[in-house]
Parts: sequence; C-alpha cells; structure tokens
Amino acid sequence: MKIKALMATAVGIGLAVAFAPNGVFAQSNDGPVKIGVLSDMSGLYADLGGPGSVEAAKMAIEDIGGKVLGKPVEIVTGDHQNKPDVGANITRQWFDVDKVDAITDVPNSGVALAVNEVGREKNKIMLFSGPAASDLTGEKCSPTTAHWTYDTYALANGTGAAVVKSGGNTWFFLTADYAFGAALERDTTNVVKANGGTVVGSVRTPLNAPDFSSFLLQAQASKAKIIGLANAGGDTINSIKQASEFGITSSGQKLAGLLVFITDVNSIGLQTAQGLQLTEAFYWDQTDETRAFSKKFLERVKHQPSMVQAGVYSAVRHYLKAVEAVGSKDSAKVMAKMRETPINDFMTKNGKLREDGRVVRDMYLFEVKAPKDSKAPWDYYKQIQTIPGEQAFRPMDQGGCPLVKKG
Amino acid sequence: MKQLPFLIMLAALLVAPFVVYPLFLANALCLALFACAFNLLAGYSGLLSFGHSAFLGTAGYITAYTTKSWGYPPELAILLGVAASSLLGALFGFLAIRRQGLYFAMVTLALAQMVYFVCLQAPFTGGENGIQPVPRGHLFGVIDLSPNMTMYYFALGIFLIGYGIIYRTIHSPYGRVLKAISENEPRAVSLGYRVDQYKLLAFVLSAGLSGLAGSTKVLVYQLGSLADVSFGTSGEVLLMVLIGGLGTVMGPVIGAFIVATMVNYLAQYGSWVTVIQGVIFVVCVLIFRRGVAGEAMALARRWRLRAGAVAKP
Repeated sequence: MKIKALMATAVGIGLAVAFAPNGVFAQSNDGPVKIGVLSDMSGLYADLGGPGSVEAAKMAIEDIGGKVLGKPVEIVTGDHQNKPDVGANITRQWFDVDKVDAITDVPNSGVALAVNEVGREKNKIMLFSGPAASDLTGEKCSPTTAHWTYDTYALANGTGAAVVKSGGNTWFFLTADYAFGAALERDTTNVVKANGGTVVGSVRTPLNAPDFSSFLLQAQASKAKIIGLANAGGDTINSIKQASEFGITSSGQKLAGLLVFITDVNSIGLQTAQGLQLTEAFYWDQTDETRAFSKKFLERVKHQPSMVQAGVYSAVRHYLKAVEAVGSKDSAKVMAKMRETPINDFMTKNGKLREDGRVVRDMYLFEVKAPKDSKAPWDYYKQIQTIPGEQAFRPMDQGGCPLVKKG
Repeated sequence: MKQLPFLIMLAALLVAPFVVYPLFLANALCLALFACAFNLLAGYSGLLSFGHSAFLGTAGYITAYTTKSWGYPPELAILLGVAASSLLGALFGFLAIRRQGLYFAMVTLALAQMVYFVCLQAPFTGGENGIQPVPRGHLFGVIDLSPNMTMYYFALGIFLIGYGIIYRTIHSPYGRVLKAISENEPRAVSLGYRVDQYKLLAFVLSAGLSGLAGSTKVLVYQLGSLADVSFGTSGEVLLMVLIGGLGTVMGPVIGAFIVATMVNYLAQYGSWVTVIQGVIFVVCVLIFRRGVAGEAMALARRWRLRAGAVAKP
C-alpha cells in the first residue's frame, strides 16, 4: 500500500470524525407509538414467549382500539436467539433507527440484563414479561424498566416455602448455568433455609443440555428429599422426563420445578408431571375473565397462553393506556403514570408498579393434576393457594436497588 | 491501477455510515478484520484453524473488563486485549503447529473449547450474562467515542491499521515464504527455512489481529458475551472467508459484509438464518469455489487475456 494513500486515508478519517453529524439519528417524539416484541422465536423459550407473545401484544393493541395519540400503534418483532449481543444489537437498532418506544417480553435473563442497559442508556421503556432474574429490580434496576409478570424471588418463595412446609426439608439443586439459574438457586436456598430446611448440594448444567443423566445421578446420590430444578423451558422438560426415566421420582425423591410453565406441562404430559407443585402468576382456567382472554388467544395461537404471554398483553395494555393518559411518549412521564395507576385486567387485581420497577401482583401455587382428574385438553392445574403480592415479592428495601430512597 | 479495488472499498466505507446504521457497519468492520486475520493463516499459510473465536472472545473480555472495572481508556484496553490474544495465540500455536491438516484443526478446536468453558465459569466474565455495559470512553482522553458515528470511524481506523499490517505481511519476503510453505512444506524445509518458526509467527499475528477485532467489537456493542468465544463464531469466520475468497486480500472483507448482513437482516426469520447460511455455503463451495473476490479476479484475468489475444495478431 502506498504511503500517500495511507496518509490521505488518515486525513479523510480525521475530517469525517470532526464533522460527523451526531444528530443524524436523533430521537423524534411525534411519530406513532412503536412497540418492539423481542423474544426467542425458535429456541427453547419460543413456546412460552415467542410468536405467542407477539400475538398477545397485537391483542392488547386491538383491545385499546388500535390507536394511541391519534396514530395507529405499530409493532416490530425480533429474535434474540438467546444471545445477549444479538439482543442488544436489535434493541439499539430499534431505538436508533426504527424509533421504537418500548420493548416487551425478552425471555432469557442474560439477554434481558444486556437489553436493560441499552434501555437505561437510551431512556426507553422496558416491559419485561419473559425474564425471571430478580436482579432486574435489584442491583440492576433502571428507572424505565418494569418487571411485569414474575421473578425468581416470587417463584422461590411460592414453591420453595410450600414444599419445605410439606416435609421436603433437604434439597439438591440442578441449576441452569447462567444468570437466571444462579439467581433462582440463590433465592430458593434462602427460602429453604428460612423455613428450616437444608441444601445438601447443587450442580450446574449447561444451557440447553440434551442429557441430564450424570447430573441426575449426582442428585440421586445426594439422598436429598427434594431435587430443585432451577432451570427453565426445554431444560426443565428434559430434566423432568429423564428423572422419570431414571426412576428417581418413583424411588421416593421428589422434584420441585421452580419455573414450570403450562406449555412445559403440556410437553411433558400429565403422566410424568403429575403431583408437581409450581408457582405461576396466571392460569387460563381461574376466572371468567381469564377464560375469555384465553379463548381468544387459543383461537389465534392454537395453545393456551403461558403467564409470560398473558403478561405481555397486560403490560402493553397498561403502557398504552398510560401513554394516552399522559398525551406524550416521554418515558419519565409515562413511567410515572404507570406507577400511579393501579393495574387491573383479566390477570391482575390491583397490581402496583413499584419504584424499583417490580410489579406487585398475587401469585398462585398450583399442583399438576393426575391424568384421571383432567377433564379437558389443557385442564392441568389445581389451585392450592393464593400468595398475596406483598408476601410473594421481595420487599423493596432488600433488593439493593439504588433508585429506592433509604427511608 | 492495482490499488483501484482498495480505493473503491475505502470510498464506500467512508460514506457508508451516512446511508446504513453505523453500529451495524462498525460490527461488520470488526468481523471483516477478524476474517482477514483468519485468512492470513488459512489462505496464505495453509493452516486451517477451528478455534479462532478464542482469540476474538478473550481479547473482548479483557477489553470489557479493564474498561468497565478498572476504568482503562479504550486504546490501552484494546492493546491489553491484543496482548492477551497474542499470548494465547503463541500458546495455541506452539501446541498446534506440531500437527498438520485435520489434526491441526482438531487441536485448535479443542483448545478453543477449553477457553470457552473457562469463560463460561470464570467469575470475571459474568458467565451467560456477559459483561455490560462496557463504557466506550474517550480515545487518548480527548475524543468521545460514545456517538455512533465517531465509534464507526474509530472502528474504520482500527480496521485499516489491521488491514495494512496484513497487506504488508502478505507482500513481504516473509509472506512469500509462508506461501511457499503452504504450497510445498518439504521443499521449503529443504531450502533451509525453519518452517515451524514461520508458522508460529503467522499464528501469533493472526491471533493478535483477531484480538484487535474482538476488542473493538466489544466497544461497538458495549457488551462482552459468550457468543464471541463460542464455536459458532469460529465456524462463521470460515464461512465468511470461503464466501469472500480464500487467499485473496479483499475476499474476507466482502465475505464478512455478506455474512453480517445475512445475520442482521434475516434475524426476524429466526431459525431460517442458519438454513439460509447453509444453502449459501453449499452453493459457494459447489459453484464458485474461489469465492466472490476469487471469481471476480479470475474473470478479470480472463478478460485481460482475451483482450491481449485480440490485440496481438
């Protein structure tokens, strides 16, 4: 390469940097409201979020009349492929180029934590329904983030406490080896210990593992009464199925699914899943309202909604109502409105969006029915207990969120 | 005249961010540099490595960690990243160049998988969470890299430095010896060249430049993640080089832009991305084996020959 050409290049770059118009991608505040559904469209969380979440968001937009601030609400969708860099890139592009105002769903806590930072930087609203890690409203909380449906703390609290109280006082964890699994294990360990149980060990399993045999054998050898499954989606399904094949469940050890969705129970089948206790924020067959929503959803998506998908509907609807009420897309104003308005819809009764971004709602403890008790397709759960929101979620002063004023 | 393709590329890269999203382009440039570094080894030295993601990712993590936790400025963090990946490259190379062909590829793959699992478990990488947000900081304490445009031109500068180094290497006597080794190793040995030293140096150079790409990539997305050290990245870089043209100077750049565009703009089709990538790969291998740049060069040569043939009689 010639020296001259290099010099010319250097000068060219210098000039370009000096005169780069940084305002090319400036934000505009008068376009239509745009919502981005960022989800796992084809991987292990596609059933509980994915295309169903997109459909739920569309339903919310339709139910609000399709228009906010006089313009039709637009929707964009993206597949984060469970990779934080892909998720963060899509998010940046949505904010910078496509002028997206809010992002919803984001199953997979690793991706959500990455996307959360982009939202904080760009001052855009995050309506997380899919991720579980309670860090999102703890140390990593952001003023524009709402964690809508559930979190690891609530799941641990619901299932963990119930299982220990019914005699399962020694635990061994099978933990998915990423942020979400670690958070779930940590929170459940605290609950188990607080209720007088002990944790005898744990093993980390890679995300999306096809074979759990060596981990299950370790769990079996530990002689713990309860094997806690701190994983989600396809991992939960595989571990429950394989535990049944290994005869672990029939030989006296019990499984506690810390995060089991109804779509997972559907894949596992009642024969294998029966008796499993689990915590969810929503079940389609609870009230007339939930049945009405689920019926519409079932017609469009061909399966009953998971709590994540129901949460997407709830979050999008609440957000759009707040935008309409404020008359602007300004993130701070909309968040303030969302905080002061109680959340009431088919799945939420007097829910409240807290300062740290946590939505406080009632959670429910369910038990999976035996095949003989199931009367219809998707008739899977028996409700055992309602856990009031204040008990289910972590108190605000214990999360370590810097936004919460010490009082 | 010989520099014409390069000048066209340079002009296109200088104006591109005014048309296309700059961060996407900056990322593509990092991948292009990564592919060029890979090509230095695979195309010019005949060493097919399956573990190049280890260098990209390791340098990325070092840069992410030093800027975020220790507050290092970007230039120092990138240099540290490059140093780390070069060191890792020396270690990998020392072990791997003792074997050839498939065995060489397998050794690099095994070592890269080890690095992957270290990164998955090591506390400072944040496991599946990765490291975020990575501050872009101020270059030399003066130029603020946070605007996307500035970041793009910074990445372009880095890319041109790396590209220049590779170009010089290939066209130096050292590069000729590498080519000779890749074409006929026993003959190179019989001519008195210490083949292993040449190969090791090529490996370290390639690793260091991959690290340069990885460190810059982390600053672009402000995110250090496991995806960069995973096997998929090692496979993707091979795809880029093969599509663009193995053993051509410009080919990997073209290939990297093609692959980056596919990954980015097809993301909404979900799992179809991999299917489409696979189809393109197969078509490439079956129909134009020399890659985009290789085929273009062959075409140009044929025209010149024909023109010469017409002119002569």
